Amino acid sequence: MKTTIALFPGSNRDRDMIAAVGKISGEASTLVWHTSTELPESDLIILPGGFSHGDYLRAGAIAARAPIMQAIAKAAADGVRVLGVCNGFQTLTEAGLLPGALMRNAGLNFVCKMVQLEVTNAASPFTNRYNAGDVIDCPVAHHDGNFFADSDTLARLEDDGLVAFRYANGTNPNGSINDIAGILNPAGNVLGMMPHPENRIEAAHGGDDGRRLFEAAMNVLESEAA
Amino acid sequence: MAHFSARITVTLKNGVLDPQGKAIESALGSLGFEGVDSVRQGKTFDVALDAASQSDAETALNAMCEKLLANTVIEDYRVEIG
Repeated sequence: MKTTIALFPGSNRDRDMIAAVGKISGEASTLVWHTSTELPESDLIILPGGFSHGDYLRAGAIAARAPIMQAIAKAAADGVRVLGVCNGFQTLTEAGLLPGALMRNAGLNFVCKMVQLEVTNAASPFTNRYNAGDVIDCPVAHHDGNFFADSDTLARLEDDGLVAFRYANGTNPNGSINDIAGILNPAGNVLGMMPHPENRIEAAHGGDDGRRLFEAAMNVLESEAA
Repeated sequence: MAHFSARITVTLKNGVLDPQGKAIESALGSLGFEGVDSVRQGKTFDVALDAASQSDAETALNAMCEKLLANTVIEDYRVEIG
């Protein structure tokens, strides 16, 4: 599996992603700058967290119009796996690769804490190492994670099983509609999520609940966390 | 080419929760302003541009809103050319 990580001015979780990919797959990621118009050969493209372009205008809005996003949209249409975490999720919605929008947290505060996630779709290439209904621990760190979609879009997401993760046990940190923490595109090869699975992969993180997401996305065998 | 000055106003759609507007509304109440029913926060963009005609300018400004300045999932926009 070849993993590419897209970098934007203001990305700041890119190092965490590089570490997670390297520790779990044993392979280095290829980094690509936002001004590139072409992607290297990729099986998995990751948009990491951060504050691209300082969150100016709207979180992810300017990154979504970067030249690299056209190449990522084409790769996604061709079935390449695309994972957007936090600012990456915001960017995927702004780019139209996922529906809805991520608004200011309902409590207006930046939230940095552990939440619980229920795996609601365990059939996607990202979630198939979990069982539907599993509840996992995962950290969040964001100011604009309040997922919103109009009622038609929301009904389609729910009816088609495209909600991948939901905040569980009353841990919704941001007012997200239907407790939505992560969604898939209809083909299942694009996942956007606000929580940070890359920060939950080994004992030093206090747990490794996020590890299976990367093992699934990169088709690597399950392993014990270091 | 003629020169145009436009003001674009972007606001959250009706029915979309505006937590910032709510916080401002509550602060106005704390300051003793009475009778404030609601506050909705938005953004304005003052855009100066050259275009062949006012209608070309309007077309361009609307396209700017659709493609970047507004997220039409959650926001409405209004273009006024001064």
